[in-house]
Amino acid sequence: MNPRVGVVTFPGSLDDRDAARAVRIAGGEPVALWHGDDDLRSVDAVVLPGGFSYGDYLRCGAIARFAPVMHSIVEGAKSGLPVLGICNGFQILCESHLLPGALTRNDSLHFICRDQRLRIEDTTSMWTSDYEPGDEIVIPLKNGEGGFVADEKTLDMLEGEGRVIARYLELNPNGSRRDIAGIRNERGNVVGLMPHPEHAVEALVGPTTDGLAFFTSVLNSLVGAA
Amino acid sequence: MARVVVDVMLKPEILDPQGRAVQGALGRLGLTGVSDVRQGKQFVIDIEGDLEGDRLALMHTLAEELLSNPVIEDYSMTVLEDAQ
Repeated sequence: MNPRVGVVTFPGSLDDRDAARAVRIAGGEPVALWHGDDDLRSVDAVVLPGGFSYGDYLRCGAIARFAPVMHSIVEGAKSGLPVLGICNGFQILCESHLLPGALTRNDSLHFICRDQRLRIEDTTSMWTSDYEPGDEIVIPLKNGEGGFVADEKTLDMLEGEGRVIARYLELNPNGSRRDIAGIRNERGNVVGLMPHPEHAVEALVGPTTDGLAFFTSVLNSLVGAA
Repeated sequence: MARVVVDVMLKPEILDPQGRAVQGALGRLGLTGVSDVRQGKQFVIDIEGDLEGDRLALMHTLAEELLSNPVIEDYSMTVLEDAQ
């Protein structure tokens, strides 16, 4: 049976359908999860998609963090449930304290939408294991508040423990400290990434298919663990 | 009736690009000598009855955990009793 990967829809989510499609193309079974329901429907992994949950009111991800579904996801993540937060999903993971740091207004103040080159730095996480360390990929990036910040001690800890999973190459689009595009938690089941791998899974509609390996990684990690 | 005023500001070490843009605009509009601008948020919350005990403690908790993000922001809270 194919692993079941839940994709949460919050009010204001935009990329839930693309995330579900990426799961399907990777060979998994996408399962729709609803923000107001704490039932995770026995999924094996969860994607928090991009968008503007609750209109980005207060702070990006600040209100989504308290949605009923997040209580179950935080609990699950602490016992090993794989969770990938993309863009707004990354913001929600930071607000939930599943990942350290925070995402702040782009230093340019402009909303940035471009095909972004990244270097995959860490392949020990459940969402990056199908890459090789040092792989360079190009996937879309689109954010207004994508600047990753944390204090120096936290940044040193992330670097020291190999928890930076991807870094911006050629251009730092949003002022992220140390060019950080994505990080993982200590265990490697929770990953947050500002650019959008789910928009780069099919040659017809993406700049590349470089994003697909995020989704095959978790499916292979799950099958390997079963 | 109590009125709670919560001010939320980015921590000093966090870059504030919006404040920087405002600083630039102030200078362009002729205001000389502006050395720094920080932009924050203010919440004005009216609450029925007196705010004390557990409810006051919860208000503090929510100011820290909901209204601000302690990773990047500081908050200050003032309670005005008998607000009209």
